[in-house]
Amino acid sequence: MAKEITINPVTRIEGHAKVTIFLNDDGSVKDARFQINFFRGFEKFCENRPYYEMPSITSRACGICPVSHLIASAKACDALVSVNVPETAVKLRRLMHMGQIIQSHALSFFYLSFPDLLFGMDADVEKRNIFGLIEKDPEIARNGIKLRKFGQEIIERVAGKRIHSSDWIVPGGVRWPLTKEKGKQIATDLPEAKSIAISTLEKFKKMLSRFDEEIEHLGKFPSNYMGLVTPDGDLEHYDGRLRIIDHQGNMIADSLDPTRYREFIGEAVEPWSYMKFPYYKPLGYPEGSYRVGPLARLNIARRCGTPLADEEINDFRKFGKNGIVESSFLYHYARLIEILYCIERAEEILNDPESYAERVWAKAEVSRSEGIGVAEAPRGTLIHHYKVDENGLVTWVNLIIATGHNNVAFNRAVTEVARKYVEGKKLTEGMLNRVEAVIRAYDPCLSCASHAFDSRGIDFELYDADGRLIDRNIR
Amino acid sequence: MNKVRVATIWLSGCSGCHMSFLDQDEFLLELAKLVHFVYSPLIDVKEFPENVDITIVEGAVGNEEQLELLESARKRTKQLIALGDCAVHGNVTSLRNALKKGDRAVLERAYLELADTTPQLPTDVSPLLKKAYPLNEIVEVDHFIPGCPPPAPLIKYVLTELLAGRKPVMENKAKFG
Ligand code: SF4
Repeated sequence: MAKEITINPVTRIEGHAKVTIFLNDDGSVKDARFQINFFRGFEKFCENRPYYEMPSITSRACGICPVSHLIASAKACDALVSVNVPETAVKLRRLMHMGQIIQSHALSFFYLSFPDLLFGMDADVEKRNIFGLIEKDPEIARNGIKLRKFGQEIIERVAGKRIHSSDWIVPGGVRWPLTKEKGKQIATDLPEAKSIAISTLEKFKKMLSRFDEEIEHLGKFPSNYMGLVTPDGDLEHYDGRLRIIDHQGNMIADSLDPTRYREFIGEAVEPWSYMKFPYYKPLGYPEGSYRVGPLARLNIARRCGTPLADEEINDFRKFGKNGIVESSFLYHYARLIEILYCIERAEEILNDPESYAERVWAKAEVSRSEGIGVAEAPRGTLIHHYKVDENGLVTWVNLIIATGHNNVAFNRAVTEVARKYVEGKKLTEGMLNRVEAVIRAYDPCLSCASHAFDSRGIDFELYDADGRLIDRNIR
Repeated sequence: MNKVRVATIWLSGCSGCHMSFLDQDEFLLELAKLVHFVYSPLIDVKEFPENVDITIVEGAVGNEEQLELLESARKRTKQLIALGDCAVHGNVTSLRNALKKGDRAVLERAYLELADTTPQLPTDVSPLLKKAYPLNEIVEVDHFIPGCPPPAPLIKYVLTELLAGRKPVMENKAKFG
């Protein structure tokens, strides 16, 4: 008896997906699905390539978080050559990663989601985008551009190129050190970036009182949370151990060795999506599903570990029960705090004389047949796992992508928002934009998640039980 | 002054080309004055419009939906730009072409061999084409901007030339990778 509404493509997200909403006879929403529609197949076509090509090939999974792929991939390769990466190289890889988290979060917040906050969910489609923002509030648009640029320029100054800077990072370290001059260029731009991050947080917090409804109804639900933390339990993006907590903040598992992920993370497949569904094995599927990304990281961490971000995380926790924040809408908030954190961390690295040391590359040959690299990408835990033969040719690859971990959560969030807002009998564009807005809050990166990209232009359509088109609304 | 109508499309790419487009940074503020973006992943228009002056395409053509979208975009566009190596010659996206029965092989690895629960090939999704194609194997392309991704200044150069009604000269400006 199903009637369906399709949102295809979901826009202002990174990559392509559609949402299908299933209706009851009375027009109320029965169920909804978030579907990924494309696939490129990295796991297969990387086979038989030399292991040292893996960072540059796999980073092409994603142009928004290529650095996270470079890092997870390089760490997997470090394991294959089994060397100790020089400390300075680790600092510089971290610095580059900070740059990327800043730019990726700035993209999500300013370019993709802020138009919904500024103009409202029901605003004119023509206005509700970055170009509308440029016209209406050029100051905030310029700030967003500057913050993203600051992040991109860190990557360029450290690694030579803004996107796919894959010449620099190598198994065993990085190819060249950071010069004092480049370090100074970053340090010169840093104060402005920091003040933009602070003022944006202030502005956002002031706006929050207007968003009680969104905080409450845009995908607020209990779930488990997973991410890396430092040995002390602080926020971490490069190394560390995995921690999983439940919706009340109780520890489900701590100090899990991420390189043993296969023992505790499983992946399920559903027939209607190219994106797989990971879960924590001891709890089974789907009970063992969890959320990852900025909100999850702030929920699991004891603290951020930098002064300004630590003040902010305390405010943030007030939005949760027992300090555990459940609202999907508040992913935006968590993202802004992480931007500030990354700027503070970048500053520490730049001020550390060790960061300019010359030794940055421990060269070695393949000595192991299996390597696993794990990092926290902007959107959550990213796992690269390779097996190689005795010549270092890749024989097997598995990638578990940050966005993929949130797959169960997307479907839940989309269903809850659709049930709350969508009425099949009198469909409006704004109803559907709310469904899209909750997806944007997660900032999914679907080029990663499906290791793919797809695009198609269609409006939304409403079909009756016999598959006849009964409503059609072109945006 | 009538603004120039510009569309941008993501096919099978990594979004890096779109990111490089955004790497024009503050120039975007200028661009917004000259150009009306009528279709793009960055805006909420869901159907490719008529009468587009310039369409910028990232990515190779990988599935049937993308094939249809590219063909209809071509019909509705005066000048079509292939942005980046995937669109220009296939790049990483076309690595699967070298595999025997590449479309099946990539799917079987990911969804049968690497699944722990409910292994199956997704069916209710747009089918992959046998190969991933560069744009000019499917439609006529007016301008090629190679690079993975093409650097932002090069994108800016091409757009500036086109907006001024000139033909961009790519000699010695572009390179692959
Ligand atoms: S050309 Fe490079 S940057 Fe552009 S979509 Fe393809 S892989 Fe990504």
